[in-house]
Amino acid sequence: MRLEIYRYDPESGAAPRMQSYTVEIRPGMMLRDALLEVKAGDETLAFRHSCGEGVCGSDGVNVNGRNRLACITPMAELREPVQVRPLPGRPVIRDLVVDMSTFYRHYREVKPYLEHRDPLPEQEIRQSPEERARLDGLYECILCGCCSTACPSFWWNPERFRGPQALLAAWRFLADSRDQATAERLEALEGPYRLFRCHSIMNCVDACPKGLNPTAAIARIKAEMLKESI
Amino acid sequence: MALPRRRFDTLIIGAGGAGLNAALQLADSGARVAVVSKVFPTRSHTVAAQGGVNAALGNKLPDDWHWHMFDTVKGGDYLGDQDAIEFMCREAVPTVYELEHHGVPFSRFADGRIYQRPFGGMTRDFGGEQATRTCAAADRTGHAILHTLYQQNLRARTHFFDEYWAVDLLRDEEGVALGALVLCIETGEPLLVEARTTLVATGGCGQLFRTTTNAHINTGDGMAMCLRAGIPIQDLEFFQFHPTGIAGKGMLITEGARGEGGYLENKDGERLMARYAPHAKDLASRDVVSRAIAVEVREGRGCGPDGDHVLLRLDHLGERVVAERLPGIRDLCRTFLHLDPARDPIPVFPTAHYAMGGIPTDRFGRVVAPARHGPEEVVPGLYAAGECACVSVHGANRLGGNSLLDILVFGRAAGRDILAFLEANPHHRPTEEAAVERAMARLERWERKGEGESPQALRDELQRLMEDHCGVFRDRATMAEGLQRLEALRARIAEARLQDHSRVFNTARIEALELENLADLALAMVTCAHAREESRGAHSRVDFPERDDRNWMKHSLFFLEGARVDYKPVRTRPLTVESFPPKKRVY
Ligand SMILES: Cc1cc2nc3c(=O)[nH]c(=O)nc-3n(C[C@H](O)[C@H](O)[C@H](O)COP(=O)(O)OP(=O)(O)OC[C@H]3O[C@@H](n4cnc5c(N)ncnc54)[C@H](O)[C@@H]3O)c2cc1C
Ligand code: SF4
Ligand code: SF4
Ligand code: FES
Repeated sequence: MRLEIYRYDPESGAAPRMQSYTVEIRPGMMLRDALLEVKAGDETLAFRHSCGEGVCGSDGVNVNGRNRLACITPMAELREPVQVRPLPGRPVIRDLVVDMSTFYRHYREVKPYLEHRDPLPEQEIRQSPEERARLDGLYECILCGCCSTACPSFWWNPERFRGPQALLAAWRFLADSRDQATAERLEALEGPYRLFRCHSIMNCVDACPKGLNPTAAIARIKAEMLKESI
Repeated sequence: MALPRRRFDTLIIGAGGAGLNAALQLADSGARVAVVSKVFPTRSHTVAAQGGVNAALGNKLPDDWHWHMFDTVKGGDYLGDQDAIEFMCREAVPTVYELEHHGVPFSRFADGRIYQRPFGGMTRDFGGEQATRTCAAADRTGHAILHTLYQQNLRARTHFFDEYWAVDLLRDEEGVALGALVLCIETGEPLLVEARTTLVATGGCGQLFRTTTNAHINTGDGMAMCLRAGIPIQDLEFFQFHPTGIAGKGMLITEGARGEGGYLENKDGERLMARYAPHAKDLASRDVVSRAIAVEVREGRGCGPDGDHVLLRLDHLGERVVAERLPGIRDLCRTFLHLDPARDPIPVFPTAHYAMGGIPTDRFGRVVAPARHGPEEVVPGLYAAGECACVSVHGANRLGGNSLLDILVFGRAAGRDILAFLEANPHHRPTEEAAVERAMARLERWERKGEGESPQALRDELQRLMEDHCGVFRDRATMAEGLQRLEALRARIAEARLQDHSRVFNTARIEALELENLADLALAMVTCAHAREESRGAHSRVDFPERDDRNWMKHSLFFLEGARVDYKPVRTRPLTVESFPPKKRVY
């Protein structure tokens, strides 16, 4: 099967280009396996990967126009030639490796940690199974960046729009019965950009390899803000 | 040499659960902490842990840390140090509550308490009925814990060096740890991190084997760094094969699947564990279950066209249990096997999983090595915690759910002891330039140009060699041959060459450096396994099938210099309770 892979090495002085490789497909082969096979023949190809099972979030790439995790993308599902590019909209460091620092900064900015202000009990803070169930579909995010780098609003306003991942993370804490910083969290998302640049285009939902729904989370935050303002 | 330098109170190498829990203690106490990690912190392999973490909370059935301690001593086949085990099992309870307060989204019982599930080797009343002790966030406990710890470190403003690769530790003439030489992966530039204390928390070395549950990054770098710094590695012959890796692929199916009621079946449809562990059956200790599967396959009772695996059945548990308690493994099965475990059985086989051995430490996380005054002298300023360390709480075989516990408890303990050390040693010592040069030489070695074998191909060969010569069942002849082949392979690695000499994000160079680390650890593992003439826990010698407490109830210490093996006694005295004397291990 033919792969066309985005190649760029800043030290070479050459412009980015697509390079073709041919890989023998085995049953059950994932895109990451194919990239590793390419690398076995050409060690200069750089890409991030680690767990090989879709939990570490290292290997987000753009495959035939869609953001996906290479390790859980079956080769059998892909149209030939398979075009593999870095996640869009981020500066490319080399080949398939992009600079994700802005993405991580937005995550930090939403204060993604539990704030419980009452004195702590000696044991666990109680939470009913129903309250806990509200975190399902939120806490599983692996910070792969497939969503935010597929979001047009994030492409146009990467410095000011938080992006779907960070907003999903904000909602994960707003939704937690143990968290006591609701007002501050909502206030921090006010203004025309941080949250309201989202126009519900849903690219993020299509892109998320974990089946999470940032658009729904964003809608919940908006609803919560409305409630507070009345 | 005009190397750029940074100075911190503490350098932590590794941002898995162990490194991050230590960092949190330190940053919250006002120390200046640098955490160096070769991947962005939440990509550390703690993220892959599924089943849960053990603590005698007693949320479902009455429980006691003392029972947990007994199970851990027995599970480790009496090679664990009982002072450290007592400490860990007592600390488990406050540690899990602290995690919950930090925000870990644990699953819950109806009364709002943390959900706990049964896991292998866990009993009540010192070997009685099955205990329910393993605290879980569905089957994504590691993810939940790692992300929460990273989040809390963001709050505490810990200083992160993401995608920096630690090359070597620096020690001065007196052996004091001074920090490390690290490499920025993005720019390819070396950086000297000077620190008054250094904590090694680099995780496991499962990449020694071909079929493994471990990530590509689990190459045992910290253990190898210690070997080169003159510190021995302890008990590396004890390496756990998890009974239920997806056959042929290696992804883990958590023991929690059996904890929720799953069982193993051979080709005759027989529940095979009934024969090997009549009482505990599928929840016997991992070494026992792994050997049982290997024997079934060897004796022709394996499943599939090649008879090379057994089946794990969950289809009787019902849709709800699978969806609520095991959603992650359901995803794995769908993605990699195109089957739904709520309906179809899963093909499984023992898979390389966990290093019981590692850098020798005491229960404060301090690295200890033989020196002038005995086998356990503290290396000043040097700490280790997590899978790379050997306290030893797991002895010859780790129980499921005890590793997350180990990394959290001893990460935190190391953090606390580091604070005391910093107070007693307020000044940085001068950096030893000779040590810096030695570390730089390691990098420069890969600058050599010209023809040579590729590190990548040699890594594949090393992994196959380890699988063939140091797997579930071992004997003298196979290992002796393995040692010979390993010597030859190591010589070839020394002559290998990179074709890619660029600086920017050169992953080939990182993998070459990792290969050197793996090769040193392979030597340690096979040498110690070859020397130990008994069967204990995960180390099963076909030629010495019995445990031999008279001659072998002792820890191995492997030194890189001269590939020498030494031994030290097991600490059988707990802190406050009576010692558990060795007994025959039946489940
Ligand atoms: C699939 C799987 C499931 C598991 N499930 C469970 C479970 O349910 N319960 C349980 O108790 N245990 C479980 N374990 C075991 C447990 O998860 C691990 O032992 C534990 O998470 C290791 O944590 P750690 O902090 O020591 O290391 P890791 O989490 O592996 O972190 C190592 C860190 O060191 C860094 N590092 C390594 N080398 C370098 C270098 N040269 N330079 C810079 N940084 C470096 C890495 O970047 C990483 O940040 C499981 C293990 C696996 C593989
Ligand atoms: S729904 Fe909002 S966040 Fe998601 S892609 Fe569209 S604009 Fe971006
Ligand atoms: S929401 Fe989904 S796509 Fe976005 S970072 Fe998280 S896991 Fe990745
Ligand atoms: S390699 Fe970890 S998510 Fe793909």
